[in-house]
Amino acid sequence: MATLEIRDLHVSVEAENGPREILRGVDLTVKQGETHAIMGPNGSGKSTLAYSLAGHPKYTVTSGSVTLDGEDVLAMSVDERARAGVFLAMQYPVEVPGVSVSNFLRTAATAVRGEAPKLRTWVKEVKEAMAALHMDPAFAERNVNEGFSGGEKKRHEILQLELLKPSIAILDETDSGLDVDALRIVSEGINRVRESGEVGTLLVTHYTRILRYIKPDYVHVFANGRIVESGGAELADKLEDEGYEAYVKGGASE
Amino acid sequence: MADVQNTPGATTAGSIEVGTAGAGAQLAGPGTGRATAAAQPVDARAEAVASYDVADFPVPTGREENWRFTPLHRLRGLHDGTAEAGGRVRVEVTAPAGVSQETVDRTDPRVGRTGKPVDRIAAQAFSSFEKASVVSVPKDTVLTEPVRISVHGEGGTAYGHQVVELGAFAEAVVVIEHTGDAVLAANVEYLVGDGAKLTVVSVQDWDDTAVHAAQHTALIGRDASFKSVVVTFGGDLVRLHPRVVYGAPGGEAELYGLYFADAGQHLEHRLFIDHDTPHCRSNVAYKGALQGAESHAVWIGDVLIRAAAEGTDTYELNRNLVLTDGARVDSVPNLEIETGEIVGAGHASATGRFDDEQLFYLQARGIPADEARRLVVRGFFAELVQQIGLPDVQERLLERIDAELEATLS
Repeated sequence: MATLEIRDLHVSVEAENGPREILRGVDLTVKQGETHAIMGPNGSGKSTLAYSLAGHPKYTVTSGSVTLDGEDVLAMSVDERARAGVFLAMQYPVEVPGVSVSNFLRTAATAVRGEAPKLRTWVKEVKEAMAALHMDPAFAERNVNEGFSGGEKKRHEILQLELLKPSIAILDETDSGLDVDALRIVSEGINRVRESGEVGTLLVTHYTRILRYIKPDYVHVFANGRIVESGGAELADKLEDEGYEAYVKGGASE
Repeated sequence: MADVQNTPGATTAGSIEVGTAGAGAQLAGPGTGRATAAAQPVDARAEAVASYDVADFPVPTGREENWRFTPLHRLRGLHDGTAEAGGRVRVEVTAPAGVSQETVDRTDPRVGRTGKPVDRIAAQAFSSFEKASVVSVPKDTVLTEPVRISVHGEGGTAYGHQVVELGAFAEAVVVIEHTGDAVLAANVEYLVGDGAKLTVVSVQDWDDTAVHAAQHTALIGRDASFKSVVVTFGGDLVRLHPRVVYGAPGGEAELYGLYFADAGQHLEHRLFIDHDTPHCRSNVAYKGALQGAESHAVWIGDVLIRAAAEGTDTYELNRNLVLTDGARVDSVPNLEIETGEIVGAGHASATGRFDDEQLFYLQARGIPADEARRLVVRGFFAELVQQIGLPDVQERLLERIDAELEATLS
């Protein structure tokens, strides 16, 4: 069973006046089949956690460890992490002009699965996954994220989640910028993947709205670069009522 | 009412240099038929010449506007009269039925019809070639298969002259492939008859020792359309001069270009569109990628809209993608407008570095860095290829691009 273990993780970014520490000792264990919601105010460092786990070059890990089934994730390149089973659904997916969605998906699936998927079954697989996310088939011929609406970008991220079947899925503010219908469709997609029982999910969000659709097993409050409180789903209700005020009195990290 | 845009956006970083001359700069020099304005370097005035005779051009020094980006010492004497013909370049034409191929003397009336050479190398080529190759598509003939012209260098210096002629309402695709090793100076003339449609794909896939300088001039008839796709991958130094002149109103020119400069390569494309006739259109889009030390791309886009050219619609664009340190781009769009009674005129030039966020996004989906890089560069070119509008040509070009990227980005 896949287990992601984050121990005392410290991460800095290069700022104008030298490195600035954003993550200040994060400890978290995510097991396959579990869903963890990471909730926190803007600037608390929760997106930094997501991008650091995926290996974005902007972030420097200064101490601590991240392992996936004992393997040192921090020693892996970005693409090695993805092939090892770590998936990051991005808040702001990047446009890749001139590269079609279908070409992109097939290239990614080939890389992650270690061999090119058989064309016939692949076409069917993509078609079904797109239909489940209420995506027009013509979508496959568009260039990656180019001219996509906010909702289309997020659906495209979840489409990749469904096709690449990671063991650890990190969803960074997947709910942001979605209207109610889109939020429901995207959440259903995430739930289909979760129901397989084969993915550990790290749901990074500012709002409790998405938790109406996706029930977390654990909720962690993130503030000042670390987890300051952990609990069950009921903690989200408390945040819904009281907000983050109690956690940010010391001042946010940015 | 004229819609004049001037949006030369350029990101500069590291060793990238981008020169941009704004709209309104006086265009002069070769082929414009007038002397250079005071704003231009004094030396350029000496080159405001067009002639069939090489003796009418002084030997360039490298300080002239037209030569300042070109490493003259790598031209193997093409520019100063010391390059003596003696090499071998094999030209083979494969054409579908109905197309005539001839080898003619310089006295043939079709030779030199698009105008005079505008720089010393083109004039040298014109003064030095022995026989010209003429490919003619008779009027009303619509070809379903392309005409293929293979130009293969077997070493040494050569001077060439090629004419492609389409009669009225003829339609053809011509693919010219340059391969092998040569020091080649040439003129290529496209005579596009009234209502005819000519697409030319010129691929420069030379060995990396080759030197190639050529003037490509299209003379576009009434309501005719000319589409040019220039693809430059190989060669030590390639300097092409695609030019468009209009013989009558209603003509349309689309000039697309792709280039990929590797370490040490100098790839130069100098375009000139002479709008001297009313109601003609032109659209230019060139995109290039560069990688490696001393890789150098030059793109000059000159568009002149003369007073008589009312109803002109023109746009030109150049984009460069710099993949590594040590590459250099000089991109200079020039637009001069002598009449306000036009439909539109604009240009844009931008040079940027490889976008690391794109790389991260693709890598985060398991795609290895090399492959991700290839995908992004392929996409950069594919965006342009998609505009060509001829599926066969597009497919072949993408295969070409894939092969080039496979060889250079791994």
